[in-house]
Amino acid sequence: MTSYIIRRLLFGVVLIFLATVVSFTVLKASPGQAGAAELDPRLSREYIEEQRKVFGLDQHPVRQYLNWLGVSKLLGIEPRGGILQGSLGLSISYKQPVATIIYSRLGATLLLNLIALTLTWAIAIPLGTYAAVHQHRWPDKLLSALSFAGMSMPGFFMALVMLWLLASKVHWLPPGRLTSLDHDQMTVWGKLADYAVHLVIPVVVLTFGALAGLQRITRGNMLETLRLQYVTTARAKGLSERRVIYKHALRNAVNPLITLLGFEFAGLFGGAALLEIVINYPGMGQLILEALRAKDQALVMAAFLIGAVTLVVGNLIADILLAAVDPRVSYG
Amino acid sequence: MAEPTTEPLDAPPRAVQSADPAHAAAPARARINSPLRMSWRSFRRHKPAMIGLVVLGLLYFVAIFADFLAPYGFDDQERDLQWAPPTELRFRDASGFSFRPFINPKRSYIDENFEVRQDVDRSVRLYMRFFVAGDEHLLLGVIPCRTRLFGFDPAPKAASGGDEYFSRFYLLGSDVSGRDIFSRLCYGARISMSIGLVGTSLTLIFGLSIGGVSGYVGGITDNVLQRFGEMIMLLPGFYLLLMLRFIFPANMDSVTLYFLIILILSLIGWPGLARVIRGMVTSIRSEDYIHAARAAGAPPWRIIRRHVLPNTLGYVIVSATLSIPGYILGESALSILGLGIMEPTPSWGNMLQKAMDITELDQHPWVLWPGGMIFLTVMAFNLVGDGLRDALDPRRLKV
Repeated sequence: MTSYIIRRLLFGVVLIFLATVVSFTVLKASPGQAGAAELDPRLSREYIEEQRKVFGLDQHPVRQYLNWLGVSKLLGIEPRGGILQGSLGLSISYKQPVATIIYSRLGATLLLNLIALTLTWAIAIPLGTYAAVHQHRWPDKLLSALSFAGMSMPGFFMALVMLWLLASKVHWLPPGRLTSLDHDQMTVWGKLADYAVHLVIPVVVLTFGALAGLQRITRGNMLETLRLQYVTTARAKGLSERRVIYKHALRNAVNPLITLLGFEFAGLFGGAALLEIVINYPGMGQLILEALRAKDQALVMAAFLIGAVTLVVGNLIADILLAAVDPRVSYG
Repeated sequence: MAEPTTEPLDAPPRAVQSADPAHAAAPARARINSPLRMSWRSFRRHKPAMIGLVVLGLLYFVAIFADFLAPYGFDDQERDLQWAPPTELRFRDASGFSFRPFINPKRSYIDENFEVRQDVDRSVRLYMRFFVAGDEHLLLGVIPCRTRLFGFDPAPKAASGGDEYFSRFYLLGSDVSGRDIFSRLCYGARISMSIGLVGTSLTLIFGLSIGGVSGYVGGITDNVLQRFGEMIMLLPGFYLLLMLRFIFPANMDSVTLYFLIILILSLIGWPGLARVIRGMVTSIRSEDYIHAARAAGAPPWRIIRRHVLPNTLGYVIVSATLSIPGYILGESALSILGLGIMEPTPSWGNMLQKAMDITELDQHPWVLWPGGMIFLTVMAFNLVGDGLRDALDPRRLKV
């Protein structure tokens, strides 16, 4: 198992490396100056040239990539470190280390996605079980209709409808963003409450969308498990239906789902990007869109790196979890 | 059911005849069709899928005949009537009831607080007329046609010095330049309804050829292709979509952009499909009937056409149908951010751009209509895909 994990990790590192090469190439292929400096009429040509030198953008693209990676530092041809030295580089539009900029944005994105993920699982599994137990009766049909709606509802549209109904028609919820204007003057509890009301719309939208799929999978697994012989045996033993379902069947039905958690982990980073942009949520989505627009090389590369790493780690977690819960699966 | 149901989809007709003498007299063609017909029968029983199919049929009809169905052209603007609320279609006013529906002429004026306001003149009836003359357009792209399905009487000439009244019917309200949202929805359907089909076809070509080669050739080629696909899947999709879009200049004409968006979406979409196709090809390659066919001297193209393809076709059709919403949503995502289809060409995505501004949304919530259309379309494709999955499942055919 350990050797399998190590092999997967090494392979993952290679894939991530290649993925960064691809994203760097694509980034370099797009036209325009880094930092979109040419669009700002206040900046002189000399200033732009100087900035390009400071950020090392006058060098050959290959050299720039090596700088970013930190290989140049290893070779001693560049004083600044890169990824290998644990530095994400400097953002040209913010003139700040990328790590500082990303820190709060990543926090906001993870906060939103983690709450939505927890809620989704807490609701989907009981609902899926309930639907399976009541198969073909009206609760099942209603849930399956809702699932279809959830799967088909574009998140950005649902968010806009909620904004219209709940934030502008009745002023129950704030119109987008994560904090109110007077957030800094609030007490600790006031601040928490402020976060909470701002999170309602994005969390509900994300949960509604993700719920649909998970609920259907739970239902399907549960239906399959309920047909198995040991369930019949449990019933024949005279166990109560409640015990049969929740003690015997549910556990086995939910086990395979645990691997999904790994994949969900991968979605934590970029899954809600468009939604964030549409409701003005100060997460990674807006940051990356602006960075791409401004050709902020270090910031974009950091985002793709984080995205690729979360995916590799997420897939690995999925595999490990699968082996952990299912004794039939083993990796040599 | 009369048709033999137990043989696999791909069994050559000759084998069936010898195995099942009772049907020997029937023409072979009918029997090859039978799985298809059974799938159709099974699909028809799936009520939600049939509803989805009807909805899609209607949407495609609207997209194709937008020039005829929409009362106004997509860029037909009336700057005086910006953000007009939905027009009331009336049958009754102070002077009584009329079988022919009518509207009242609208005008905009500036009130004492210097705010722009709109009102209607309730004393004038502008009747609805069917098959009225409009701008010349090419129906189905070839037939020159001037007729629109319906229109309204023109508004009476303004008295000198008075405000001008307009005869405008906004079923769902108007947008910032006083263009009819309903008409623009009809024209926008062309983008959304076609982008899924074209995009999926392109992805299918990529996915089938790459996945097929990968699975059939194997070895290093397989390895390289699969790793390359994994690498693309490793990058966060939405950010990759944005990044690829930023390679190209912001302002391009709508047709180029349309194909560009399709190309980008297919570039992101092929690895998933290629991987599954590869898996199927590798497993089918080792099936006994393939060995049998090869031993019987069948050339490769015959094996692929008669044995491999029929076995993968069902899956491919289902996954293609279910992947269409992805293209529709991808285009809307780019367009809502102002990176997709450009004004004045309407797409459901770029019509939603204004909805992202909460004050606009508050004052004229009818900007949300295109979002509802996207939802409806995606839902219809999902329902049809679900029905197809049940109908084309070979295990189901035996029931």
